[in-house]
Amino acid sequence: MERSRRSFLKIAGISVLGVGAKPLADALAAGQGSKTGPDPRALPAKRWAMVVDLKKPCPDNCRDCFEACHKTHNVPSMPNPKDEVKWIWSESFPHAFPGQEHDFLDEALKKHPVIVLCNHCDNPPCVRVCPTKATFKREDGIVMMDYHRCIGCRFCMAGCPFGARSLNWRDPRPFIKEVNKEFPTRTRGVVEKCNFCEERLAKGKRPACVEACKEKVLFFGDLEDAESEVRKILKVRTAIRRKPQLGTMPQVYYLV
Amino acid sequence: MLEKALVGSRKYYGWVGFLLLFIGVGFLCYLLQLMEGLGITGMSRDVSWGLYIAQFTFLVGVAASAVMLVLPYYLHHYKTFGKITILGEFLAVSAVTMCLTFIIVDLGQPARAFNVLLYPTPNSILFWDMVVLNGYLLLNILVGWTVLSAEKKGLAPPGWIKPFIYISIPWAISIHTVTAFIYAGLPGRGFWLTAIMAPRFLSSAFASGPALLILFCLIIRRLTKFDPGKEAIQTLAKIVTYAMLVSIFFVLMELFTAFYSQIPEHTHHFQYLFVGLHGHTTLVPWWWAFMIMAVVSAYLLVNPRTRNDERLLAVACAMVFISLWIEKGLGLVVTGFIPNPLDQVFEYSPTWPEVFITLGVWAMGFLILTVLYKIAISIKEEKGV
Repeated sequence: MERSRRSFLKIAGISVLGVGAKPLADALAAGQGSKTGPDPRALPAKRWAMVVDLKKPCPDNCRDCFEACHKTHNVPSMPNPKDEVKWIWSESFPHAFPGQEHDFLDEALKKHPVIVLCNHCDNPPCVRVCPTKATFKREDGIVMMDYHRCIGCRFCMAGCPFGARSLNWRDPRPFIKEVNKEFPTRTRGVVEKCNFCEERLAKGKRPACVEACKEKVLFFGDLEDAESEVRKILKVRTAIRRKPQLGTMPQVYYLV
Repeated sequence: MLEKALVGSRKYYGWVGFLLLFIGVGFLCYLLQLMEGLGITGMSRDVSWGLYIAQFTFLVGVAASAVMLVLPYYLHHYKTFGKITILGEFLAVSAVTMCLTFIIVDLGQPARAFNVLLYPTPNSILFWDMVVLNGYLLLNILVGWTVLSAEKKGLAPPGWIKPFIYISIPWAISIHTVTAFIYAGLPGRGFWLTAIMAPRFLSSAFASGPALLILFCLIIRRLTKFDPGKEAIQTLAKIVTYAMLVSIFFVLMELFTAFYSQIPEHTHHFQYLFVGLHGHTTLVPWWWAFMIMAVVSAYLLVNPRTRNDERLLAVACAMVFISLWIEKGLGLVVTGFIPNPLDQVFEYSPTWPEVFITLGVWAMGFLILTVLYKIAISIKEEKGV
């Protein structure tokens, strides 16, 4: 009893010291110049967007972009399909664009796998429905997740018209083949999705999927910049978006 | 007054023990869910809400039972309901508690539930649902308890409680409306995207809640010395009749809009319910059970001869309750996800732990109801009303 009281007092004393030291340390750190400011290499943009070229085939069911993304972001490979988590994957044309298929659709397009991911909508219903602001839209258009605030109510999953969101139905960590220490793993019970590689953009790198694609199927850039790759290609090619009639204003464009 | 719940017959203790058993099993299953995550349920990436949210949605309706008694009694001075108003209010307390518990057990991170309060987000309907459900719970506890305390002392209810009673009437409407808005405002879910969602919720609520109350009144009359009165039961039966007819009418409205317009995003879900989609038929027998029970109960309720026969009335009320549980629970929530936004069919069926957690929450609700009803009825027996 005596002993435990003494150790309690010791810990309490150290804690008080620690609490007192924190503002002091902060003040000193501020004096030295902040180390947490934006990386000078960070890519600036007013409106990030992606363009997917449906005219370029992905040879031999190429999965480079999915693998690069899922490896970069510690996306687990859940053994039970029910518990699946995915950020970027492919669907057949009729599933990616329900209602747009017809009997005489270009054979190549019909067979072509359509790469799908979060559309980073300009008017995102997931952000509108989230009861804790755990999902939010940044100034540059990226729709983000705060894994520490999410309560796992899955209202965003019901709200998303593109099926872009996954819940961690179980602890994902045992199912990550190789952990990338540069990116956080998630806990069970929180929702996640594609983040347009905001962590890479902040270091001046393009998204992992775009970089991994050898066939140049994916393009990425700032829609507000007339000189950007995405603007240039949208100027000359016809592009469609998934479910534009819903008014969510998706920012992933598909060249047909 | 709580002491009244502590003394009772053998049957009473047996019933409480029975409920505690289910609560215990449900709690153990919930511990498993806490450790393993929601992966132990049948829910998936595609059907991301299941049995829990279905119960929540249905029980918001049951909570409406109170207003169907409070409104005629306090606004129209329909004295016959005076004796049983408390039963409606306490049923509301129990139903809303179950609603809130079902939301908590459905959360992936229940320990973070208070983030809804820490970061209030008025653009989220879930935030408002939290506000209206908790408000309705508090209102009914306050009103029920105050009025009952006064009755125990042989006094009229205090004047200050009146405003709370009046507020509880529109508040009851709000819980359904806000809960309907959770569904009716989502762009990619054709099944839920309907302006009559809130009216549909209200009509089915005013049928299922009072139907359950009638069953309770009949049971109470048999088990205790308190008689709710034949006239009160018959008036409730008329409320159930009209509300059930309106509910069926609203479902038919949905069918017309979907099938006459033939817009696939709207018809596919109903096809899934009626005949199945791409060979997937899990909910088809449930949906037909709803249809048959709805029609049969409507017939029994509309016909005055069968409605006046309390045995047949009990059968009709049980059918109303079960059929609307299917329609507003499984039928409404699960079908909204089938097919998914990519027009693919992934079906859902609950797992055993999920079923036991659900039963555990129901048992908890019934335990609250049992205790509250025991108190109310003991006081009424003492007073000899």
